[in-house]
Amino acid sequence: MSRRYDSRTTIFSPDGRLYQVEYALEAISHAGTAIGILAKDGIVLAAERKVTSKLLEQDTSAEKLYILNDNMICAVAGMTADANILINYARQAAQRYLLTYNEDIPCEQLVRRLCDLKQGYTQHGGLRPFGVSFIYAGWDPQRQFQLYLSNPSGNYGGWKATSSGANHASAQSLLKQDYKEDCTLDEACAMAVKVLSKTMDSTKLSSDKIEFATVGQTKDGKIYHKLWTADEITALLKKHDLAKEDTSEEK
Amino acid sequence: MRGPTILKATDDKTRQLNDHTLLAFSGEPGDTVQFAEYIQANSQLYSMRNESELSPSALAHFVRGELASSLRSRNPYSVNLLLGGVDPITNKPSLYWLDYLASLAKVPYAAHGYAQYYCLSLLDKHHNPNISLEEGLRLLKLCSDELKRRLPIDFKGLAVKAVTKDGIKAMPFDEDDKVVRDT
Repeated sequence: MSRRYDSRTTIFSPDGRLYQVEYALEAISHAGTAIGILAKDGIVLAAERKVTSKLLEQDTSAEKLYILNDNMICAVAGMTADANILINYARQAAQRYLLTYNEDIPCEQLVRRLCDLKQGYTQHGGLRPFGVSFIYAGWDPQRQFQLYLSNPSGNYGGWKATSSGANHASAQSLLKQDYKEDCTLDEACAMAVKVLSKTMDSTKLSSDKIEFATVGQTKDGKIYHKLWTADEITALLKKHDLAKEDTSEEK
Repeated sequence: MRGPTILKATDDKTRQLNDHTLLAFSGEPGDTVQFAEYIQANSQLYSMRNESELSPSALAHFVRGELASSLRSRNPYSVNLLLGGVDPITNKPSLYWLDYLASLAKVPYAAHGYAQYYCLSLLDKHHNPNISLEEGLRLLKLCSDELKRRLPIDFKGLAVKAVTKDGIKAMPFDEDDKVVRDT
């Protein structure tokens, strides 16, 4: 019987639920954790990269953190293939706005554009919704540094610290415990690795298991975003005593 | 007085785009109003959708884009524009000059139409980067007096509006004084 309501995304079940959307949320809660923390002088995004096989090339390219435009980045939790479609859409939307107005798109507007697209798949089509949650970090002149979380239903919200993916409930309660108003970017980075080390399977982290990115402001007021290199991540982990002892030997 | 060359002397050739931006236009009378109100509608739609205002710079570039695509259509708008505004975030005023060929320039002072040949020299001589609104109005009086003396066609006076960080308001100016008085 339940198949009658499962097979179409756009039909409510008798108790008023959209099963496909809930399944998409379920799919996301099995993906690697992603967290975002807002500091007074920047934002940090961190994501767990699930290592599937040691034969798989663990090369340089980020698979969970993406640049959207000059002042916005995002972290992905969920299906990477679906995320690629949405990221492509977001980048085009951002560039189109830049072409029209010669200004970068305000963060919330870009988030809303993506969420409108996601929402569409919960209402028309009979296709499956995007199985992706995003954590967006960005800056715009009106509202300075901002952090958003969006999910497959097309809802989004602004956060001071948030998480998505596996163990997001425990990550969220850790963030709630540790979050300090007006913390600096460095403190936020420390909090991010600490939370990740507790929510991930192994307590000792290494640079091939996590990805890191920050948005910040230089001394002369310019906004930058940075996807961290493996060496930078390792240095951060060493500093907080969370690095694996021997990095050359993989288990 | 109406006649074959003058229909209306008090036509308002400006449209308010949002709380802090004003668009002034000259050119083909039908085109100008149609185009200005199209821009006005789009600006207001943006403000409603996004609960924030477009900055003068963003609006100027938007208008330029619309003019540029119009220029390459079958029947382009023949409109020259001045766009003045105060940025709602930085509170900085700015002025943009646009013509029907979709040129855009950010300028300290500007004029369109036949009057520019009499006014630009005055503006060039008397303008300075730190000019206040009051000094600006006095400079505008110089321009107005010059036009009264020299413009070959009948000069019907100026409609003056000031754009400040508190909004846009019409300014009393040169109340129907047809001759230049000694000061």
